[in-house]
Amino acid sequence: MRILTTAAVVTALLASGCAKKKIAELPPADVTSGAGGTTGADGATGLGADGSVAGGAVAGSQADLVARAGSDTIYFNTDKYELDDASRATLDAQAAWLAANGAVRVTIEGHADERGTREYNLALGDRRATAARNHLAARGVASDRMTVVSWGKERPVAAGSDEQSWAQNRRSVTVTAQ
Amino acid sequence: MRFTLFPLLLLAAPLAAQNAPRVTTPASQAAAPADDDTALEVDIVGGISQPLSIAVPVMPTPRATPTPEGDTVSLGRQVAEIVASNLRSSGLFTPAGPGGLPAVSFAQVTAPVFDTWRANNASALVQGFVQANADGNLTVGCYLYDVSAGTELARQGFTVAPANWRRAAHKCADAVYARLTGEGAYFDTRLVYVAETGPKTKRVKRIAVMDADGSNHRYLTTGQSTVLTPRFSPLGGQLVYMTYADKMPRVYVLDIATGSQRPLIAGNFMTFAPRYSPDGRNILFSMSVAGNTDIYRVAAEGGTPVRLTQAPGIDTGGSYSPDGTRIVFESDRGGSQQLYVMGADGSNPRRISFGGAAYATPVWSPRGDFIAFTRIGGGQFRIGIMTPGGSGEKLLTESWQDEGPSWAPNGRVIMFHRTAQGSGKADLWSVDLTGVNERRIPTPLDGSDPSWSPLLN
Repeated sequence: MRILTTAAVVTALLASGCAKKKIAELPPADVTSGAGGTTGADGATGLGADGSVAGGAVAGSQADLVARAGSDTIYFNTDKYELDDASRATLDAQAAWLAANGAVRVTIEGHADERGTREYNLALGDRRATAARNHLAARGVASDRMTVVSWGKERPVAAGSDEQSWAQNRRSVTVTAQ
Repeated sequence: MRFTLFPLLLLAAPLAAQNAPRVTTPASQAAAPADDDTALEVDIVGGISQPLSIAVPVMPTPRATPTPEGDTVSLGRQVAEIVASNLRSSGLFTPAGPGGLPAVSFAQVTAPVFDTWRANNASALVQGFVQANADGNLTVGCYLYDVSAGTELARQGFTVAPANWRRAAHKCADAVYARLTGEGAYFDTRLVYVAETGPKTKRVKRIAVMDADGSNHRYLTTGQSTVLTPRFSPLGGQLVYMTYADKMPRVYVLDIATGSQRPLIAGNFMTFAPRYSPDGRNILFSMSVAGNTDIYRVAAEGGTPVRLTQAPGIDTGGSYSPDGTRIVFESDRGGSQQLYVMGADGSNPRRISFGGAAYATPVWSPRGDFIAFTRIGGGQFRIGIMTPGGSGEKLLTESWQDEGPSWAPNGRVIMFHRTAQGSGKADLWSVDLTGVNERRIPTPLDGSDPSWSPLLN
């Protein structure tokens, strides 16, 4: 279900016309503006939940995080784990949301695209999630509220074998623990 | 499992009592001489050699006898079929038979009518027999002949429980392969791999085990948790693999027979990329601590891990040399994925890959002479080999995405998985060191991350 939600957000990103070669440059605000009522090829079952985001999600929920922080996902360049300005802005907003929802714990999932070997990509996904985690920690989120999990190339959100799909899959997702 | 192997000479007395073929080989024949001057040799490393024509007629039985696996007449045909199939799979032989070949009488097993086989244009001939013993076991006799010279090259007998008749056939094929190539055997082996189903964004992955020819296939995990990179213990009965069973990547040790398993090490760190030491006593693995991945060693039964790499960056994919004194691994410490060799204690890491691409997933051959790897460059992922010193790089495959090599126990054949562009579907392939004999390994579902067992005994 968590994966599906993420897929829905990315799908919404694409549908809102903001998918560029470098998705990491996407302004976070576009995520919510495009989140409602879009259907996508993948993870369409997650969209119903997202549709309610604008109306006001349950406080502390994943939908609430997406609505208030702008996005639960940041993106990376090929074989990189550095945070760009857009990613830092998204993470800053996530940190503010986490400060306002002090009881929420999160798992930070790191992912890589399919164009790497399996074990290296596990390490790369870990690097990316750790970079996100470290930024959140620097913004005051307690370390014991965050868990890093790398998925390597095992859970792409975009199924294509093309640069646009790979750009969507090189990501770190902040996921609220239930 | 009851399985015994002995030179056929030992069968002489009981067989003679049943009017069996005479066994005339001198007692010293048990091991084929490696420096025999026969013209029948197959070169597997050098270049492209013409496949050797070899006839494998139906193996007769001295007396048709029912067994739980069918009667000895039909088993004689099936054993010959497996021998021919195994030899064909190597790419080094063009077997004929058992269908369409002249029948062989029981008496002819040890006294071939060579003219018949010369007329069939066979360079070599495999004959044998299947006999039910009084104790319920089967004896499979296996004889290899040089047809043009009219001489016997090897003979072996295998006594097995009826349920293991296929293994006797694999052993026979192994004996033929080893005698004619001078290389080690590898047909009587098993494979573990990851069986895959489902959409690309949500693949379901299960550990599966099967004989190298695809028979006796079964699943070892349910698919509830994503699992990756199973690797056989060199001792055969166990494997290590990575699973998300604990909601994070962790290495587990699994007993194949009982299905019991345990985490390799305690603690809440991400562990992955496991591989046994050649003696089975230690396991190399990668562990991420605060986003930095290093290679560690731990006793196979568990304990306190020893850190072997110190450089910042991703150090993973550790694989021991067969003598256990060195470790090859991949690291991006220099900016891109490259291969390094260090001492088993982590000393003196030295880069060995300089081919102008990224190199990953190094695996040291059980023979020690080559390191197999995945080369990433030019929009392709290819399987290749190089010497442990880094020279003699040779690419064996060419594809959109081949990765994850695993050596056959003879160090002359490599299995890997090939992922299709777009669909993401993967399947298992093997290739020998010539790079010519490439073959898909059929699996019931999609397959990835193969690992070859040691030679069974």
